[in-house]
Amino acid sequence: MAALMTERKRSALTRGRLPRYTPYVVAGSAIVVAAALMSLIGFNVFGWAVLSAVLFAAGNVACSALVEGRRKAMDKLATSVVAGAFLVALLPLVSVIWTVLVNGIPGLLAPGFLGTSMKGVTGTVDNASVTNHTPVLGGVYHAMLGSVLITLWATLISVPVGLLTSIYLVEYSADNKFSKVITFLVDVMTGIPSIVAGLFAAAFFGLVMGPGTKTGFVAAVALSVLMIPVVVRSSEEMLKIVPNELREAAYALGVRKWRTILKVVIPTAISGIASGVTLAIARVIGETAPLLVTAGFATQINSNVFAGWMASLPTFIYTQIMTPTSPSNPDPSAQRAWAAALLLILLVMLLNLGARLVASLFAPKTGR
Amino acid sequence: MSKRIDVSDLNVYYGDFLAVEDVSMTLDAKSVTAFIGPSGCGKSTFLRTLNRMHEVIPGARVEGKVLLDGDNLYADGVDPVTVRSQIGMVFQRPNPFPTMSIRDNVLAGVKLNSRRMAKSDADELVETSLRSANLWNEVKDRLGKPGSGLSGGQQQRLCIARAIAVSPDVILMDEPCSALDPISTLAIEDLINELKDEYTVVIVTHNMQQAARVSDRTAFFNIAGTGKPGRLIEFAETATIFNNPGQKSTEDYVSGRFG
Repeated sequence: MAALMTERKRSALTRGRLPRYTPYVVAGSAIVVAAALMSLIGFNVFGWAVLSAVLFAAGNVACSALVEGRRKAMDKLATSVVAGAFLVALLPLVSVIWTVLVNGIPGLLAPGFLGTSMKGVTGTVDNASVTNHTPVLGGVYHAMLGSVLITLWATLISVPVGLLTSIYLVEYSADNKFSKVITFLVDVMTGIPSIVAGLFAAAFFGLVMGPGTKTGFVAAVALSVLMIPVVVRSSEEMLKIVPNELREAAYALGVRKWRTILKVVIPTAISGIASGVTLAIARVIGETAPLLVTAGFATQINSNVFAGWMASLPTFIYTQIMTPTSPSNPDPSAQRAWAAALLLILLVMLLNLGARLVASLFAPKTGR
Repeated sequence: MSKRIDVSDLNVYYGDFLAVEDVSMTLDAKSVTAFIGPSGCGKSTFLRTLNRMHEVIPGARVEGKVLLDGDNLYADGVDPVTVRSQIGMVFQRPNPFPTMSIRDNVLAGVKLNSRRMAKSDADELVETSLRSANLWNEVKDRLGKPGSGLSGGQQQRLCIARAIAVSPDVILMDEPCSALDPISTLAIEDLINELKDEYTVVIVTHNMQQAARVSDRTAFFNIAGTGKPGRLIEFAETATIFNNPGQKSTEDYVSGRFG
């Protein structure tokens, strides 16, 4: 028996590898070099960060190419590109959230912002609050209520239509011509600009109910035009991934097709369907253009979607910015608009979280 | 309850393609019949025509007669749902309903049809069905747990319990053991032996030892070549098929000399 071999100090297996500290050294030199270069052409922090990142990536790849060879260098290059793309994609998101948070929080915390409407808040009121340095009056309660009601009605219209369409497509159509036409039209609908959906609803109700009909329900119809294709698409995908074996198992027990769909297929797919619907809601709750032409601009609380103009968060933001309540002192309006924007983002975020919660609540139970 | 099945001059088509040609056979009540043959020879297709499950596949149709104790399954006005409630089926891959507990899976045939059932009756049905499927002792303490948490062999026995719970006359099994290990396979084979006291059992299998072990009679299907229809070559007592087959091709197949 040979003696146990001792571990070699410098393993042959790690030959041609850069030491672990290399990236830190490269990063440090990149930052210094970038600072030097920037001071030549005029220093700013953003340019410095971008230049450092580019230099770091280039230096890292170059070092790797010299020592480790082509394969590792390509790996580092790809990693840099992927990470860079990720940061670029993240930048606007972070920037938006930061800006809205900074500008929106004071308005959101203003007393009565969530509980009052804009009724009675006129230019004189805003002027007074600016000159006397009193808190900004007026709130978004009416817009919040409008957004919620309009979206609720849009959901009530789109979910049955969308879900039944997708059930027809997946369970009954057997890929016939009619289903191909439906699929094509749904695809076309997905691409409809939202203002067109709004004009459609406005024109339709103008014809049926008389010109100039603007109510929350008209807006809900406009939004459901945008929502239906999303619901159809997502539910269709969810129904498609229900294994055929489950349908066959139900048929083999002497269960009718509609009962199989209702009690086996849909329960199996419900978590995906529910989260698809929630995401569709999140998608339309921020729509502005269709609401501008269908729901009008209200400054007071209206909880009846079938009569009277109705405010909503997006249109509230739009009107506050474009036509400030007090033209000489637009700051209170701007503050309200930012706060409403923050509120809208929070609502959408809550809906997305809700989608996840719904998906996990409805997901088939596992466990032994 | 157990009924016999008489098949006469059955042709099965997928669209224009003739998949199984001219099959006639009699499946006795309270017996186990095995279908063997190479892949693609139409055994599974033929099995599915026995409870009209082939109709789930678009374009599939049948010519000929299948008599369940004298009643033609393919007569005008016969509802496939009625047929399937009398002729149950167990599939190749265990397919318990993932959204349901073990108990609900057994009761699926009742619950999915929204039939009312007293809790005591339901409990009794669950116990007898699971006992007949030799699964009761393994799951009696976790009836409320999801069926998908069981092992593959247990899931398959759960599927058999589910099929038994609707008290069919005939149970069709499409390669019920092909996804299972030898021990689970043995459990299912024992179960098949017990089931034949009460049911007519038809089993498709690729495992010739299994056919020899469990069946009373064996049908050998073969196919002349790709694109040709499958045919019933020989149908006889299992012992005859394996020891003294009448056809050369049967002998080649059961002894492993085919191709």
